[in-house]
This record gives sequence, C-alpha cells and structure tokens, in this order.
Amino acid sequence: MTALERISAPQNRIDGTALYDWDYLVQEGRAHRLIYTDPAIFEAEMTRIFGGTWTYLAHESEIPNDNDFITRRLGLRPLIVVRDGNGKVRALYNRCTHRGTTLCRWDKGNAKSFQCPYHGWNFLNTGKLRGVPWPDGYGDDMRDPKYNLAQVPRVESYRGFIFGTLNLDALPLVEHLGPIAPIIDQWLDRNPGGKVVVCEANRFLFKGNWKLAYDNSCDGYHVAYSHRSLLETENRFAGENAKGMAYYRNSPDTQPMYMRYTGHGNHFKDKRPNLEQRPGGLWALESAHPGMEHYEAEFIRRYGERAFSLLDLAGSEPVNINVFPNFSLLGNHIQVFEPISVGETNAIWYGTMIVDDGSVPSDAVTDINALRMRTQEGFPNFGEVDDIANFEQIQRGLMAVEDEWVYMHRGLGIPGRIKHNSDGTIDAPATDEAFMREHFKEWKRLMKGPHNLAITREA
Amino acid sequence: MAAPAATAKDSHPSRSSHYVNDALYRQLIADFTGWQDDARAVCDPVVRDQFRRLLEREARLLDQLRYEDWLAMYAAECIYWVPSTPNAGDPRREISVMFDDRRRLEDRVYRLRTGFAWSQAPASRTVRLVSNVEVFAADRDDVRMLRSNFLISEFWGDETRILTGWAGHRVLREGDGWTIKAKQVNLIDCDQSIRNPSIIL
Repeated sequence: MTALERISAPQNRIDGTALYDWDYLVQEGRAHRLIYTDPAIFEAEMTRIFGGTWTYLAHESEIPNDNDFITRRLGLRPLIVVRDGNGKVRALYNRCTHRGTTLCRWDKGNAKSFQCPYHGWNFLNTGKLRGVPWPDGYGDDMRDPKYNLAQVPRVESYRGFIFGTLNLDALPLVEHLGPIAPIIDQWLDRNPGGKVVVCEANRFLFKGNWKLAYDNSCDGYHVAYSHRSLLETENRFAGENAKGMAYYRNSPDTQPMYMRYTGHGNHFKDKRPNLEQRPGGLWALESAHPGMEHYEAEFIRRYGERAFSLLDLAGSEPVNINVFPNFSLLGNHIQVFEPISVGETNAIWYGTMIVDDGSVPSDAVTDINALRMRTQEGFPNFGEVDDIANFEQIQRGLMAVEDEWVYMHRGLGIPGRIKHNSDGTIDAPATDEAFMREHFKEWKRLMKGPHNLAITREA
Repeated sequence: MAAPAATAKDSHPSRSSHYVNDALYRQLIADFTGWQDDARAVCDPVVRDQFRRLLEREARLLDQLRYEDWLAMYAAECIYWVPSTPNAGDPRREISVMFDDRRRLEDRVYRLRTGFAWSQAPASRTVRLVSNVEVFAADRDDVRMLRSNFLISEFWGDETRILTGWAGHRVLREGDGWTIKAKQVNLIDCDQSIRNPSIIL
C-alpha cells in the first residue's frame, strides 16, 4: 500500500506563474542565454524537467542483491536507490522526515534500514518508519504515513537502466523511449547475454549549465575541431589507416552516419554506417590502447577466426544514444549528467564490462574486460577534458548580457536535408543541429507545464 | 596481403603494447598490495635522500612542462596508474582515472604538445610539494617501493585549486641510477568528480 501526495504547494518561486515567455526564450533556430544562466529557470528545471520527465537514476548491476543501495540524485533531491528485501527497486528520498537530515552518507552498500545520525529515527529500506527513540514523547500516532520516507512514485527499469519520475501522467517508460528502445537493445545485445555491469567511472565536474552537456551529446559538428588534439594523437602512427573518430575530418556532412530524433527529447547519432560491417570492423577502428597488440596476438592464437568478434567486445560501439535530460550511452559508457547549480554539473562516465554467460570462452572474459577498461579510458582522458573546457568557456561567454542568443540552426532551411519519417522520427546529417532544436521543443513543453507531480510514501 | 615485417621500431613499447598482459596486471596488483610494511622500511637517511631527490626532480620536471625529460625517468616498459577507487581495485575490471603504458604516456604528452588540447590552452601552472617520503624494500634487491604525499597547486582558468593524495613508486635499479617502473597516484577524491583532470599527476 502506498499513499500518493500531490505536489500542490509552490515548489519554487515561479511555479504556476508566467514570469518567462518560454516561446521567446527558445525559438526555432536560436535559444536565449538566460536558459543557461538564470538561477530561477534552473530552479524550475529541477522540478519540471528533473521530476517532470523520466530521469535516469542508476543501473541494476549497481544494486544486484536484496538490500543493496546506492545514493544518487533526482535533480537536486538526494536519493537512496535501494533494492528492498523483496527485490523491489525503490528511489527513497535521502531525507529524514523529522528535521530533514540526510540519512545515508555512504555512496553504496547493503542495509536493511537507515538510521538518522541526528536523533536516531530508524527507517526500513521500504521507506517505512520503524521506530523513534523514546516515542512516549510524541502525542500523535507515529505510524501516520506522513512520517514514512518520501519516494519517487514511479520507478521503472528498461533492461537494467533504472529511471524515475514524479509525473503521474508520464507514459510508461518503454513507451516514452519508443523508437530509441530498439537502439538501446542493439547497444546491449552485442554483449554476451545482452548485459553489461557497471565498473566504476571517470567523473568530471564542470562549471557550466547541465544543458551544455546534453546539447553536445549528439553534436557531430564539433568533433573535427574540439577534438583535434585527440584525432591527431590517435593517428600519429596510423598513416592511411585512419583510427578512432578520424572519419570526422573530411566533409563530415556527407558521411553515411546520421542523427535520428525519436521524440521526448531523445535522439541518437549512428556512426555504424561508416564502419565495415564484419567481425573485427569495430576493433580495426580502435586507436592505440594499453595491451592491444598482446591481446590481439593472444586471441588469434587461442581462438583463430573467432578472435576478431571477441576483440570487437572491447571496441567502442559507435552510436550515441541520448535520453533527455541526463542519460547517454556513448561508446561502451553510460554517461550521466548531474546538475549541481545553474553553472555547475557533474558529467559521470560509468564504465561497463561484459559478463560470462557461457557464450564467450570463459578465459576470454577477463581479457576482454581488461582491454575494454583501457579502451574506455581513452576518450574521457583525451577527449572529454576538451569538451568540458569548452562548456566552461560557453558559460563564461554567456555572461555577456546584451549578446543574447546562441544559434542552433545548422541544417535549417536547406531543402531536402531533414527527413520526417512516417513513424514521427526525424533524420538529419550527424553534423546538423536538428537534434538540439528538437530537444529544446521538449524542454519548452516541459517548462510550460503544468505537470501532475507527486511523491509517495508507504501507507 | 601479408603484414609488413615488424621492425625493431615497431616492436618498441613506444609503438606497440605487448607487455601489458594478464601477467603484468597480476604482478602490478601484487606489487601494490601490502608493501608499506614497517619491517621493510629503509631508514638510512642517505638512501632516503637519494629517493627524495628523485621524487623532487620528477615534480620539478612536470611543473616545468619538461615532459620528454620526465618520460626519460621511466622504464621503457612502465605503468602510470591513477585508480578510481581509494583502495585501487583490479584494473582489469575497474575503470581507472588514468591507466597508461609507455605508448599512452607518450600519447598524453603528444596531445598536450599539439596546441589543440583546449583543456590545457593555456597550460595550467603548477607547483608540487612532495613530502613524507618513505622507502621500502621490495621482493627484489634491485627494486624499491617509495611512498610520498603530494600536494599540487594548480592555477588554471582564473583560479588556483588543489589536487592532493599520495603516490606509490616502484623503482628499478638500472646501471648507476633508478628508473620508475610503475607509479600509482592515489588522489584523495579519486572516486568523486574532478574538474579538468588534464595535467599529468
């Protein structure tokens, strides 16, 4: 039994008012600087976006056993994502119902209950208040559900990816994902058993608005210049055999790779058409990584022809799958954006490894993962650092008050360039800003509201 | 088409990575487990000063962006490892903040030298303090393990920030000197978000 609590009180100072003309702030080919710089807009986003739509919380492999927990956030709300004693995944507010203290200060662990370090209120990992010290001092019934922990009312998983929303009217997660779900399936199904396990992360803090990261998630236009140091490094010995993302260098507009917008702010950039579709096609594109020559020779010796399809499991999947507002599958990473303030964001690149499901030689699994760790460290070290340096400098540039607009009109108004498919999806070259124009339509829809938001508590 | 015959240059660890294999990973984990043993501490102040000078020189070369001279302090087959967890798990099944072999270390330097590494344009200015140097005997007579604490003050953008932690160096006697076989850099906030981790630690 659960008790829903509609969120009717103003969550922030602009809720329910029309201080902003959203249609002015986001136009067809440009967006106003205020959406990146205004603290009041950020505050509204933390409810209307991070709460108003499905937001990624965690991966099931991070809480594999009953009573496992991991601390996360939904917008700025501190959460404890738990698998309770019955195996049910819950997103509990990490906030004591008494005075508001966070209950759990550990990043992860296993616990059947959480006791507040302030006065000792004790909560089961179902969210239910188990007891308080010296209850005789309370004149009311402490079994009232209002003393149980708040929870995200809707928590759903899609193939291991756990999302949550406060929006009671949101579509079921699988429908929300819609045409991007089969692309997620493809990303997973190339791994043994269709599964991956999260194995730590490369974590970045940047002093910029969270949307700067999402605006870059499907951007094929920046690669040749933003990542020039990476492209040059990856290819310093490659000669004619261009490695890594080198296919961006020459006329990237006319490459077979493309972007598809799939609705609800979600999009993917598919670079797979640029590759040779054969075992080893992915591996052939990998630039230099620690151990690669050893393992390649060793795999050929051990597995013969099969070596290259195994090596592909350590290669980066060349598709970027982005689920608005905070989730990207990128290479083999699960990338998550966590807003901290209007001008501060965490960009976390969770690594993934494969599991032994019997379909791959057991002695290959450790070696594939050893290689896969090293391939995954490449881009965060030599690419992402330059992206976030640019995000920070955008935030700084946008402090120029009178110079109001950022442009996102690449590809707009060119006949035949953008294709509207019969299923409602939209295709464009991977170097256009169509993806950004489309996700900002969703941003605007969510910011306009109204939303049917609620929290829930155990009854 | 037959692959061209490998040349000596092609097989050098700067060009191809054959030494990073399962045996190396196992040895690396073993080398960096349980080594800070008081019974193995080398207390001779002359020896300690010798290694203190090695660590101070490494810090100075990095502060002065003398990357090529810094690389020359490392063995041809070396490892530079910045774990992403405080107790450094198994790098075969755990993403590291950085995990470089010889070639990737040279990649790191090459990238910084391209002029297009926006995260280091302009370059950070750093001053490194190295302290609490301890020397430990290892499983081999020609190897020592060094523990030191570091504090890097980094001026970047328009602010100065601190990167701090402790490092473990595994050094090998080669000729009259010592070369670095492996360096493990343990940032105190290695499992938290780090702003612009683009300098060499």
